[in-house]
Amino acid sequence: MSTTVNPGNRPTGYLPEGADINRNIAARRLRGKVWQAFFLSSLIIGLLALATLLYTIVDDSFGYIAVQTKIDPEKLSDRPLEELSKEELIEILRANISPGLFRRFDRDEPFSERSKESVLQLIEERVIGREVVAAYKLTESLLERDRIEATVRERFPRAELEFHSWINREFLTRPMSSSPILAGVGNAILGSLWVIAITMLLAIPIGILGGVYLEEYASDTWYYRLIETNINNLAGVPSIIYGILGLAVFVRALEALTSGATFGVTDSNGRTILSAGLTMALLVLPLMIINAREAIRAVPQSIRQASYGLGATKWQTVWHHVLPNALPGILTGTILSMSRAMGETAPLIVVGASTFVVFFPDSVFDKFTVIPIQIYNWTQQPGAQFRSIAAAAIIVLLVTLLLLNATAILLRNRFKRSY
Amino acid sequence: MNPMEQEVRVGIERAAAVGGSAINLRGKRRFGEHIIETIVFICGALSIFTTTAIVIVLFQEAWMFFGSPEVNLTEFFGTTTWQPETGRFGIWPLMTSTLLTSFIALLVAVPLGLGAAIYLSEYASPTARGYLKPILEVLAGVPTVVYGYFALTFVTPVILQGLLGKERVEIYNMLSAGLTMGIMILPLVASMSEDALSAVPRSLREGSYGLGATRLETSVRVVVPAALSGILAAVIVAMSRAVGETMIVALAAGAGPRFTFNPLQAAETMTGHIARISGGDISYASIQYTSIFAIALVLFFMTLLLNLLSGWVVRRFREVYE
Repeated sequence: MSTTVNPGNRPTGYLPEGADINRNIAARRLRGKVWQAFFLSSLIIGLLALATLLYTIVDDSFGYIAVQTKIDPEKLSDRPLEELSKEELIEILRANISPGLFRRFDRDEPFSERSKESVLQLIEERVIGREVVAAYKLTESLLERDRIEATVRERFPRAELEFHSWINREFLTRPMSSSPILAGVGNAILGSLWVIAITMLLAIPIGILGGVYLEEYASDTWYYRLIETNINNLAGVPSIIYGILGLAVFVRALEALTSGATFGVTDSNGRTILSAGLTMALLVLPLMIINAREAIRAVPQSIRQASYGLGATKWQTVWHHVLPNALPGILTGTILSMSRAMGETAPLIVVGASTFVVFFPDSVFDKFTVIPIQIYNWTQQPGAQFRSIAAAAIIVLLVTLLLLNATAILLRNRFKRSY
Repeated sequence: MNPMEQEVRVGIERAAAVGGSAINLRGKRRFGEHIIETIVFICGALSIFTTTAIVIVLFQEAWMFFGSPEVNLTEFFGTTTWQPETGRFGIWPLMTSTLLTSFIALLVAVPLGLGAAIYLSEYASPTARGYLKPILEVLAGVPTVVYGYFALTFVTPVILQGLLGKERVEIYNMLSAGLTMGIMILPLVASMSEDALSAVPRSLREGSYGLGATRLETSVRVVVPAALSGILAAVIVAMSRAVGETMIVALAAGAGPRFTFNPLQAAETMTGHIARISGGDISYASIQYTSIFAIALVLFFMTLLLNLLSGWVVRRFREVYE
């Protein structure tokens, strides 16, 4: 043994003697320590990367912003704007924008029909015109407050410095906007929920029954082996290929169905929530089947035999005994597939998620956007403020995924059975 | 025969008569069972439909692409310019950037992932492993678009431009995408390898210790070779994941095909190109539309080959104990 582990090039069959033994052992121990340090540090590098990732996200989502307004709101009225009546607000608007612009707004939607909130919004956008002229990261804001204050005073004398959390209630409820400070993920969250709902509606039953087939019904035939190999390989197909499949089949070939034309919807093409949900269902199906199989396989044979022994049929055994016992495992797998579908971006880009959707979807035939698509879109935009809202959207996504996974782990521990 | 006895006999006869007609254990199966079996089979076989649909769709559109007068196979596989605007379709610029980013990713993920796996399986206490492995798996659960953001806002400006200088590193570059992708697949390599290492029976380790080997010698010369098939499979699966990864390269590697081997330059990968072209509004009749199917076909076969290879490696080189 010692010959093979000896450092250096001593002849084969050499055994250390005397003081050499100690030196040999010391050298081997040292090598052990050095490599142990390498193994540990590779683990630490992985954990460090995770920490840095989280730090970058948090660093971008909070920090000082310098806000500048075209006009001080207090100059418009001596009372706060929210307390004014609609008529007073319209007067303020008329006095502060050009008559042409005022007429245009009136043409778009007559002021007599507009709500007070919509007039207030116009005043905020057109008259007050709150605009972020500079944004800073969290670490800068905490450590270099004086420098930031000096720069802002010098470059934007009228601007006010305030600490801003990019993730806030408005961000969660507002739709997309071209201005970062007004943009939100409200409709993207709703879009994600719609897509996930369709995906799960299809993938859960088909996935579980597919798993039941492979574990309970199939015998070792050529088509069983074909299906099995096929499912394992499908799980390894890149997600963008599923997007291509969805584009060709759901968006294009079945456009009449997925655009809703068959059901009397005319104002849309095949790039809808339905197409996205169907594509995602195909994507998570192999994962669902593999997870369901594992859960079903973990149910001990004795339970099945006891059921058969009492005269139950195959389906009675599966339905009343195997599936209830496999349920915790299946549920865990379902949640994990769901979180996969939640974070998947590439197939939805190909299927045609729209990056600029300002309305909230209310049917499966609507155009849609989802949270990851918004993150992709905002990350691509130049400018620190878009980075900040991208980071805020990432926090929304990661918190959702964390909650889902925590639920999965809780369920697993809660219903874990040992036989 | 007393009345009691007679009653019993009548009872037996009656039971036999009833049982004979209703409980026939050799009878046909219930009809519902057949329906259910068919449904269950269809659900299992639906995956065949997915694969068939993928293959048909890819071949059909790629056939249209290669059938058009502007393209031919020798140009596709033989030239190094991809410019759909001028009708030049040579896949190599997309291919080399895909391979280069994947190679960088493996360069990061394989040594670090394997190191982490050996530490977790051979050095860490069971309690420490119980905490560390799930944390590492959190990395695997982070959506790839988040890694794309990380590459673009941290790895490129802070690490690469910080170390190598702003003028040498382009804002979009393959090195940043590759490194980030390496971090993304690190937990995959670590987790799969750790499973393989833990599956090696204890007796092998104890035999090695008994002969006087140190912990390192046992790990590297006994346990790792015994788990080699699992580790190789992990590496191949990681490679397939890197080749098919889209969001990181779409955000960080650049938006424009370029034939270059310099990792500090921007170059679009196959997946990045598909995402960019299909994300825009393209007409279904254009050659650009069919060209993404041709790229996808190449990509599909690359990853399929890698997946089949990993399965083969596991079957061929698996060491079975006990």
